[in-house]
Amino acid sequence: MDLINVKDLCFQEKVKNFIKKSDTVFNLGPVNFNLKAGETLAIVGENGSGKSLLAKLLIGLEQPSSGHILLSGHDLSKSSLSQKCHDIRMIFQNSNESLNPGLTLGAILEEPLRLNTSLTSQERNLKIEETLKQVGLMNDHKFFYRHMLSDGQRQRVALARALILNPKIIVADEPFAALDPSVRSQTVNLLMRLQRELGLGFIFISHNLGIVRHISDKVIVMKQGQVVESGKTDVIFNWPNDQYTKKLVDAHQALVNSQDN
Amino acid sequence: MQRFSLYQEEYHPSPLHFTWLEFKQNHIAVVGLYCLLFFVVITVFCPILAPFDPTLQSAGDLLIPPAWYSNGGISHLLGTDALGRDILSRVIYGCRMTFGISVILVILAMLIGVGLGAVAGMSEGFRSSFVNHVLDSIKAIPTLLIAIIIIAILGIGLVNSMWAIMLALIPQFVHQTREFVSREMKKEYVLAAKLDGANNIQIFFRSIIPNMGEALVVQATLALSISVLDISALGFLNLGAQSPMPELGTMLSEGIEVAYIAPWTIAIPGGTIFLMMISINLVGDGLRSALRNRLLH
Repeated sequence: MDLINVKDLCFQEKVKNFIKKSDTVFNLGPVNFNLKAGETLAIVGENGSGKSLLAKLLIGLEQPSSGHILLSGHDLSKSSLSQKCHDIRMIFQNSNESLNPGLTLGAILEEPLRLNTSLTSQERNLKIEETLKQVGLMNDHKFFYRHMLSDGQRQRVALARALILNPKIIVADEPFAALDPSVRSQTVNLLMRLQRELGLGFIFISHNLGIVRHISDKVIVMKQGQVVESGKTDVIFNWPNDQYTKKLVDAHQALVNSQDN
Repeated sequence: MQRFSLYQEEYHPSPLHFTWLEFKQNHIAVVGLYCLLFFVVITVFCPILAPFDPTLQSAGDLLIPPAWYSNGGISHLLGTDALGRDILSRVIYGCRMTFGISVILVILAMLIGVGLGAVAGMSEGFRSSFVNHVLDSIKAIPTLLIAIIIIAILGIGLVNSMWAIMLALIPQFVHQTREFVSREMKKEYVLAAKLDGANNIQIFFRSIIPNMGEALVVQATLALSISVLDISALGFLNLGAQSPMPELGTMLSEGIEVAYIAPWTIAIPGGTIFLMMISINLVGDGLRSALRNRLLH
């Protein structure tokens, strides 16, 4: 049973225009992939290749022009907003921007619970403390404001916010880009541990092929909105078919080799 | 669950307490706050505090100077005016009229203005830019002028001048809220709230309002000082509060006639307005930097 199954997902970005009715400026897809519980999918590609747009389609911020997203067999476009919020959660690239500066972390984490569950305030509080502990923060952190935390802690809060509704899938848009190497590896390990424990499906966008190779089971390579190659990570890294993928992998290999020497 | 708290001695002040801790650092603002509290107490308890009826005329005590003059008396601490009314009682009641009415007007204008501004800020396209340009042009006209125009339509009197000032204050709140909300709506934390499943109303009340404190305080103090000035200015011009009413601006215009022989009749209400303005602005300024610093350190 697939956790998520994406079939022929397409999206046309149009610019409204006074003279002509509309102009298609960007075509995405068709994108096809499926993911089982506990698996990780990486989306790689150059800037402007539609990676973030794909993430937006997955979490429901944009409506696809055609195609289906099946979440454990149910069509996502037919399920309610609160169900969507429950099952697919997003981690933003810049965790600093995605946390409300005027609220304590407790209030930030309580918001999704208040909106999507019928827990009482004590149960919410327990859940918040439990989730904070899960991502390696302390109970006391719920009284903290955004500006009192370090980058790594903010990323953990962003993760806590995604986890608090017990989602099935987490979509992350370059979650590791803004972090320094040590915090990055901490966060990667934390994510992998949580994924193992909770059986999450994890879809992430990254430029860092090292991390992609390290944690992902499947890879989608995108270029100008088109999927040029997709498949198992090992296969793609060892036997790339497409010219573009070859270039990417070679560049990565050259970087790794130069670091080894 | 954690079995023990690691930092027992550490306590976590509420946002309000945080603001107060920051506010306390600014001593001048604290002085302003005491001054403002003094005016609030006077406004609330003026019937108890005032020694005489503010409209009571005693023909025997015309133009008695304040107590510190050699020919002044202790029974009229701040002297009497040309009709023999006790100036202390009139100033105390005048604070209630000028200050109390201003506070009510600002609260009403803020509620209406912020509500309209939020709706305008959340909407997009033609409607939003139409509202924006109309408000921009209204904002360019001074509120006193708008108030006088409205009074010219409604007729003179205190209640009409209250309506006029409130209507004149609303565009500023609308404009500022609209700008703030539309700016915040583009930020990522609002997107995150949307992904939590919040609708626009919930986003406004739960995500945007907690960040709006600073902007609201700035606008509210500005509006409060504008409204104090406008009420007394309209009273002074005989467009607002009418003559027997103990309103600070009206008292000033009555005192003008006897200013040379009895300067205290204009100095005391004038000084009261001055003190009021200073304390409002000091508190507003202190509160603004306290709210900003709360989120910085």
